Amino acid sequence: MFKKQTIVIQDIIKLGLLAGLISLSMSVIGFIALLGERELIQNVISMGHVFLLAPPIALAYISAEKVLSQSKVKATLFGLLLGIITALPLVILVILASSFDIRQFLVNVSPELIELLTFGQGIFLGSVILLLVSGVAGLLAAGLRTLPDDFREPIITGLAWVFLFGLFSEILLGRLRSIFGRGLTKLIFSGKALNPLFTVFLFIVVAALRYWSKRRRLQAEERGESISPERQQRYQRIRIVLGVVTLLLMPLILGTYLSEVMNNVGLYILMGLGLNIVVGFAGLLDLGYVAFFAIGAYIMGILTSEGQLGLGFTFWTALPFTVIGSTLFGIILGIPVLRMRGDYLAIVTLGFGEIIRILALSDMLKPFIGGAQGVLQIPKPSIFGFDLVKPEYLYYIILIGVLLAWFISWRLRDSRLGRQWMAMREDEDVAEAMGINLVNTKLLAFATGAAFSGLSGGIFASKLTSIFPHSFNLIVSINVLSLIIVGGIGSLPGVVVGALILVGLPELLREFAEHRMLMYGALLIVMMLARPEGFWPSETIKRELHAHEELEMGSD
Amino acid sequence: MAILEVNNIHAYYGNIQALRGISVTVEEGEIVTLIGANGAGKTTTLRAISRLVNPREGSIQFDGEDLSQFKAHELVYKGVAMVPEGRGIFAKLTVGENLDMGAFSRDDSANIQEDLERVFDLFPRLKERRSQVAGTLSGGEQQMLATGRALMANPRLLLMDEPSMGLAPVLVESVFETIQRINKEGTTILLVEQNAMMAFQVANRGYVLQTGEIVLSDSVENLRQNEMVQKAYLGVE
Ligand SMILES: Nc1ncnc2c1ncn2[C@@H]1O[C@H](COP(=O)(O)OP(=O)(O)O)[C@@H](O)[C@H]1O
Ligand SMILES: [Mg+2]
Repeated sequence: MFKKQTIVIQDIIKLGLLAGLISLSMSVIGFIALLGERELIQNVISMGHVFLLAPPIALAYISAEKVLSQSKVKATLFGLLLGIITALPLVILVILASSFDIRQFLVNVSPELIELLTFGQGIFLGSVILLLVSGVAGLLAAGLRTLPDDFREPIITGLAWVFLFGLFSEILLGRLRSIFGRGLTKLIFSGKALNPLFTVFLFIVVAALRYWSKRRRLQAEERGESISPERQQRYQRIRIVLGVVTLLLMPLILGTYLSEVMNNVGLYILMGLGLNIVVGFAGLLDLGYVAFFAIGAYIMGILTSEGQLGLGFTFWTALPFTVIGSTLFGIILGIPVLRMRGDYLAIVTLGFGEIIRILALSDMLKPFIGGAQGVLQIPKPSIFGFDLVKPEYLYYIILIGVLLAWFISWRLRDSRLGRQWMAMREDEDVAEAMGINLVNTKLLAFATGAAFSGLSGGIFASKLTSIFPHSFNLIVSINVLSLIIVGGIGSLPGVVVGALILVGLPELLREFAEHRMLMYGALLIVMMLARPEGFWPSETIKRELHAHEELEMGSD
Repeated sequence: MAILEVNNIHAYYGNIQALRGISVTVEEGEIVTLIGANGAGKTTTLRAISRLVNPREGSIQFDGEDLSQFKAHELVYKGVAMVPEGRGIFAKLTVGENLDMGAFSRDDSANIQEDLERVFDLFPRLKERRSQVAGTLSGGEQQMLATGRALMANPRLLLMDEPSMGLAPVLVESVFETIQRINKEGTTILLVEQNAMMAFQVANRGYVLQTGEIVLSDSVENLRQNEMVQKAYLGVE
């Protein structure tokens, strides 16, 4: 973000004002006040304060990095200055709000917001406190940056855990209470917020553990020890077993509501794995990917529905037709775009997605697929006469689907076909000159992608028990594409991480639903600036970025 | 019999005619060069031979077979490989993986290994940088890689599109030395160049291309003496 190597006081003023404007905007749209209702640590700090101070903290931390080499004291003082400047626009807002009726223009500047900004201490004293708190926040953030890595990292890890505990306190509270009973939750929470004592305890434990494990690893390295292959293998095996057990026990731990959330995440992972093959592996930008999700859902819906449209299949007998049907559509829709590249491909596939949705809505096909009324009375899957009604049961079907798609993706990536996709993604002409049949290579990518998406759609139909054309909106395609970008294009774990962040997180933070798009947008922008390769980039991308760093450092 | 016979081809990009009746013959074992200014149609000629462009008229015969019956991706199986304009290496892959991709069309792993040794022998630099990401190679090394990758297909005819483009003079020399060496080891080469001076030093015969037409064709000795060639391509006043 900061290309400049040195930072002077003017830059700090600019950054402070920038942070102030961000905090101010979050305040006047009502975001801060909404978050203010949620206490992070009881009677100490609310989520509103956390987000209010996040901009100066982040910018002070980043700017301290540049000043560090000049002087640590200077870096820390710059942080103080930055924090104080950040508070200035907020103080002006407080003063304006107390002298005029600015709610006429800015509805969200509520008494609650002013109360939050002034810490309930009145205009004058409150403003001073706000300036101080913000300044101290900047000072601490910058100061943190000047600490040696050994201390800095454990502190940040500890703070991150406290933040996450606070953010998800409500969900944690519910789950812990139902699993362990009230005794435990009383220790951790007071009301819905974290108990101050527990917060300190959590911070210390996490930071200490982090510090200790890092130390141990360093010491081992110093002694020149490396973990033996057998031990590595054993660790790997233990990790896999733990992973499998966790996955299997997940619904028990999560309970009904969270299992339902996980199921939605799972369906998106399934779609994401499919689109990852098309876009990530083969480099074909498909914006109409929802089409195959819709086709899968409709095939499943019509084959199994117990309504007038239905054909009386069971979930299991319909499943192969669902997958085969969407695969065929993947090939059929792939043929006309075989010769298209890049933007043209994106626009045409976008059109396909809409055409499928409009066809589903149309009167022409209404006798067969229900038009706007959709397909109703789709049965849930059942095993040996036992209906899998609860989300906890459906979870396992989705899990199997995801694991299967994961395994196929993983095998394909390192296969001959995977290399064909890769070569085609890099340069179609060269790939062809190398003996790669582009027609087959492209169609296989579209077909595999459509198969995963169709499977996801089929399970979706059966999970909801009714489907309507409007569920298959363009926004679904965009979500899937966003999640593979956020996770890291071409990366399998990236798909999971992306789906958890973009599909799971918003479900957990439902109270902020009003501001969902705002958070979504902010996340994407911050990510593109700070981590353009995604949260969990694929090996190739990592290697490439790494290589560039090497080149910059030791350019010969 | 000639290994390659391009006969009066006309090629278009949409309605724009890029080639107006090109005929080129390459005998087995030769280096033939195709020179011409920017936009003359050199790349298009190579693309037509490798079936990436479909000529509207004319015919192309390789080893006595009409190439129009084949698709672009089938040519490498016939023994035609290409070093494309601007190298076209896979920037994100390592040097080793790029070379592996070059042998994509083959399944004779023992011989592939042998050819890999041959490429490393030709370009020891590539061996050193085997696990380096190709995008971080220097221009000269990228040219070596593109050439090595094409050789990994074990071609009978190698099409090279301006291999000296954008390289420092020292490197240009070594590029042409390599071309000569590859040819000596038995590969026929059709070499597209703007650097006529260097191309004439390694080639047996040459064609001069202007706005989609062949205006001259002769042995390089005669082309060197030609007044028009001297003026336009060799910089002799
Ligand atoms: N993809 C293309 N679309 C349209 N015109 C093209 C394309 N590629 C080349 N041309 C045109 O065809 C002519 C020959 O180009 P090219 O074969 O690339 O020449 P050279 O390789 O000799 O520089 C030029 O006039 C060029 O502008
Ligand atoms: Mg050219």
